[in-house]
Amino acid sequence: MYSFDYERPSGVNEAASAIGEDDKFLAGGQTLIPTLKLRLAQPGKLVDLSGISELKGISVNGSELSVGAMTRHVDVADSADVKSAIPALAQLASHIGDAQVRNRGTIGGSISNNDPAADYPAALVGLGATVHTNKRSISAEDFFVDLFETALEDGELVTKVTFPIPEKAGYAKFPNPASRFALTGVFVAKTASGVRVAVTGAGPCVFRQTDMEAALSSNFSPDAVSGIKTEASGLNADIHASADYRANLITVMAARAVKAAS
Amino acid sequence: MSVENGIGASVRRKEDQRFITGNGHYLDDMNRAGQAYGYFLRSPYAFAKIKNIDLSAAKSAPGVVDIFTGADMVADGIGGLICGWGITSKDGSPHKAPPHNSMAVDAVRHVGDQVAFVIAETLEQAKNAAELIEVGYEVLTPVTNIAKALAPGAPQIHEEAPGNLCYDWELGDKAAVDAAFANAAHVSKIDLVNNRLSPNPMEPRAALGEYDAGSGELTLHTTSQNPHVARLIMSAFLGIAPENKLRVVAPDVGGGFGSKIFVYAEETTTIWAARKINRPVKWTADRSEAFLTDAHGRDHVTHAELATDNDGKILAFRVSTKANMGAYLSTFASAVPTYLYGTLLSGQYKIPSIYCEVQAGFTNTTPVDAYRGAGRPEATYVVERMMDTAAKDLKMDPTEFRLKNFIQPDAYPYETPVIMTYDSGDYPLAMNLAKEMIDYNGFAARKAQSEANGKLRGIGVAAYIEACGIAPSAAVGSLGAGVGLWESAEVRFNPTGSVTVFTGSHSHGQGHETTFAQIIADKLGVPIDSVEVVHGDTSKVPFGMGTYGSRSLAVGGSAIVKAVDKIVEKSKKIAAHLMEASVEDIEHEHGVFSVAGTDKKLTMGEIAFAAYVPHNYPADLEPGMAENAFYDPLNFTFPAGTHIAEVEIDPATGVVDIVDWAAADDFGNVINPMIVEGQVHGGVAQGIGQALLEGVIYDEESGQLLTGSYMDYCMPRADDLPNFRVATTNTPCPSNPLGVKGCGEAGAIAGPAALMNAIVNAIGKDIDMPATPEKVWRAINSN
Ligand SMILES: Cc1cc2nc3c(=O)[nH]c(=O)nc-3n(C[C@H](O)[C@H](O)[C@H](O)COP(=O)(O)OP(=O)(O)OC[C@H]3O[C@@H](n4cnc5c(N)ncnc54)[C@H](O)[C@@H]3O)c2cc1C
Repeated sequence: MYSFDYERPSGVNEAASAIGEDDKFLAGGQTLIPTLKLRLAQPGKLVDLSGISELKGISVNGSELSVGAMTRHVDVADSADVKSAIPALAQLASHIGDAQVRNRGTIGGSISNNDPAADYPAALVGLGATVHTNKRSISAEDFFVDLFETALEDGELVTKVTFPIPEKAGYAKFPNPASRFALTGVFVAKTASGVRVAVTGAGPCVFRQTDMEAALSSNFSPDAVSGIKTEASGLNADIHASADYRANLITVMAARAVKAAS
Repeated sequence: MSVENGIGASVRRKEDQRFITGNGHYLDDMNRAGQAYGYFLRSPYAFAKIKNIDLSAAKSAPGVVDIFTGADMVADGIGGLICGWGITSKDGSPHKAPPHNSMAVDAVRHVGDQVAFVIAETLEQAKNAAELIEVGYEVLTPVTNIAKALAPGAPQIHEEAPGNLCYDWELGDKAAVDAAFANAAHVSKIDLVNNRLSPNPMEPRAALGEYDAGSGELTLHTTSQNPHVARLIMSAFLGIAPENKLRVVAPDVGGGFGSKIFVYAEETTTIWAARKINRPVKWTADRSEAFLTDAHGRDHVTHAELATDNDGKILAFRVSTKANMGAYLSTFASAVPTYLYGTLLSGQYKIPSIYCEVQAGFTNTTPVDAYRGAGRPEATYVVERMMDTAAKDLKMDPTEFRLKNFIQPDAYPYETPVIMTYDSGDYPLAMNLAKEMIDYNGFAARKAQSEANGKLRGIGVAAYIEACGIAPSAAVGSLGAGVGLWESAEVRFNPTGSVTVFTGSHSHGQGHETTFAQIIADKLGVPIDSVEVVHGDTSKVPFGMGTYGSRSLAVGGSAIVKAVDKIVEKSKKIAAHLMEASVEDIEHEHGVFSVAGTDKKLTMGEIAFAAYVPHNYPADLEPGMAENAFYDPLNFTFPAGTHIAEVEIDPATGVVDIVDWAAADDFGNVINPMIVEGQVHGGVAQGIGQALLEGVIYDEESGQLLTGSYMDYCMPRADDLPNFRVATTNTPCPSNPLGVKGCGEAGAIAGPAALMNAIVNAIGKDIDMPATPEKVWRAINSN
């Protein structure tokens, strides 16, 4: 990797003022460090967020679950609060990468990176979550813009994510056999504001499958979605899977997510 | 009388303590005073002419010691890398082996080809400087696919190999095969692709070069499976240094699977450069470089046909294969699709006539060479997929068809139509055992159960054979090998009774330190903790040929036995003298020498001590207790057996779940059953990897490697594997003193065929490896 400066602030404001144009926040480093090692990025400075205690932790406030940006995947997977409020979210976190990745990777890092095959974006969009930054609050659907692109401005820091607690929710992931990221993952939630179906891995960015949402609104059962196809054009095609196959997986995974919903 | 930790005991591996506590001696942990770091600038293009290389900016970058290019090595008189096995084409012409310089001189021929070697005080400085090198490339159109490379009008990769053809080779009796096909009642046909694999040993390749200006000696530590062969090639062909001035050390090596047999450009450049700058230089591949430059395996395209009669008897077999050699001929590349492949096409079957032809060609890809099994997995894949296809055409159960055509246990020695003489075996025994282990007869009921659950179920058999114990020198010499394939050993007693065993074979995970110690414990009664096994250092061990082709025990172990025999012979003379008996009356068992019919005895330790402190000693005998031996095998060994895989497939996604696996292998005698079982597990895991998950993919247009990291190249993981049922049937090998056959490659040889046959059985359609979920799903949903 190229050499860089390093800073480890202890507060959000300090971090915001430490970050410059060519600099990067460092969270779990599971995406950023490999990128640096391959010399694919050359930040002037890394601003390490691990010293900011207010960014960590999980809490339930009435109808809302709040997860701090620096909360690791393993902490979400193991949290009693998450397991009782939104079991599908804990299950999702427990299948991200491998144990080493879950021990370091964070929700803030994952969503800020917006890898098209990441798991969390499906949960955020599927649950209608809100992303909070040091400047504003952004709805999940507005937050995820495109392939590796979010609504974050330069130097803007994700502080936490709040999830409305659904009536029930389920997540089914078809892992890419090599990377174990989602080749296609479908998050289904029955919420106060209706049924939501969010798809990750299949397209360039997480998206809602509205035909399935409509079908599930009248009949929340696997059969309701198992006949619903997704248009393959516009879906990802690569050495791992064609767009047709991903379209098929959306249907299969959606039915499995509904079946698993609790 | 049996001996503690002797032959047949599942002794825990002695070497594991150091490996799992982080005390192994791996190359990248070694550092020398004054060491500089090397980094290779590699080609970003699959095929390009080099017009010029401008090093000026890079040479003045911070920390740079020096930068070398291919032209510098040529100017220094350093020769190119070689291929050590000459193949002769049908028309009598020798194979084409175009020049293969350690670093490119005028053209690059695959992505990752070496262009310049940057040496700096730190690795980061070397990488920074490499970015400042300006190379003028004239980019050419590449070809990566072997069928396309051999077709008319393909880009011409080497002037020396018109049409990209390396050789067009044949084996067997074409006229007899044609005649048999003309009269056959049935002809079954199959088209197969044997997917290209990346070897992926856990430890990437590395090299540490040192030059002693005082003695003029060069020392190369390198991740090699055969350090003497590396030294020989570097001395005789590259001219790095004479053998007596070049020491090559392969320390603890973290896996090889064949990929570390070969002499690579990076190690030759590193040792050459160490002398140029008169400082130690270290180079370590990162994983991206490993994907780009470790020799790949397999990459065959094959059409095969089998002629059978109305009784389901095989009449003749015809095979035509195209083999991808990559951009250059790697060290043993030419032998893999020929003498390690065509010669195994008789499988376990009585086939009256066989004809095989192989066209090998060059492409703009990483060189291809031996990878676990080397040619034999490809042969088994062709034979065993063919057998299933024929059984299906004949509406016979695939095991019945095989049992009907097996070479019978009383038929040895059995000469195949493809120049092998099988020495021993019992194929029906292994097949029936595997069937019993997996409850083959209960399959129909299990399939019905799966169907009731909406799943497809399949069962697949592979009855494999391999030629191991490589190899009788005269035989391989007559087939084009440039070397002999004997092995060496020295058994040296220390005065206090402990033993050091020197072997010319090399352990990079196989457990030699334990297995070989067990032989000494068994034969000479020395506790295994008092036996040290030394390997991998040309300055310590006698010239040896290294480890590959499941040869270490069959050939290297036999050399140890020969040395032990000499020790015993000498010890008898000493014992006779000390116990005042005649040599003929001395009996020996497990290191105890006794006088027949008396209770007089001496232990091996006492005799060794007497040999080093010869105060009371036979007058005509040399003191000391150390013997060496060279063993040249009489024949190949022929491990064989049956693996059966059972799968359940989810038709909605195409995901294959391996629900059961039975392996019944005949490895001859077994020294350490636990190590053997581990080798079977590892081999099958790699076989499953090939069948389901692995595959090197190049972008056909640009020649870029698309599977250049673990994000895209899928290695098998524990949760991809079933529990294995493993058993051995042991018909001792008649051609070596231990009666052993070798076990290191069997799983990788049997695995792909068994698993693919199971998948084809489940879905009722042919598909190629790797059977990814999408491929399986498409096959299920196609008409
Ligand atoms: C082997 C492997 C397997 C994986 N498998 C999966 C998987 O199955 N599913 C999955 O979803 N993910 C997977 N990942 C990705 C993993 O979840 C990463 O942890 C995640 O992508 C990044 O999180 P991080 O905390 O490591 O962030 P970092 O790598 O530290 O940062 C990532 C990016 O986000 C920015 N950033 C970090 N935190 C903030 C913040 N609070 N505000 C603004 N910007 C921020 C950084 O500047 C950087 O650009 C895998 C990773 C690896 C290495």
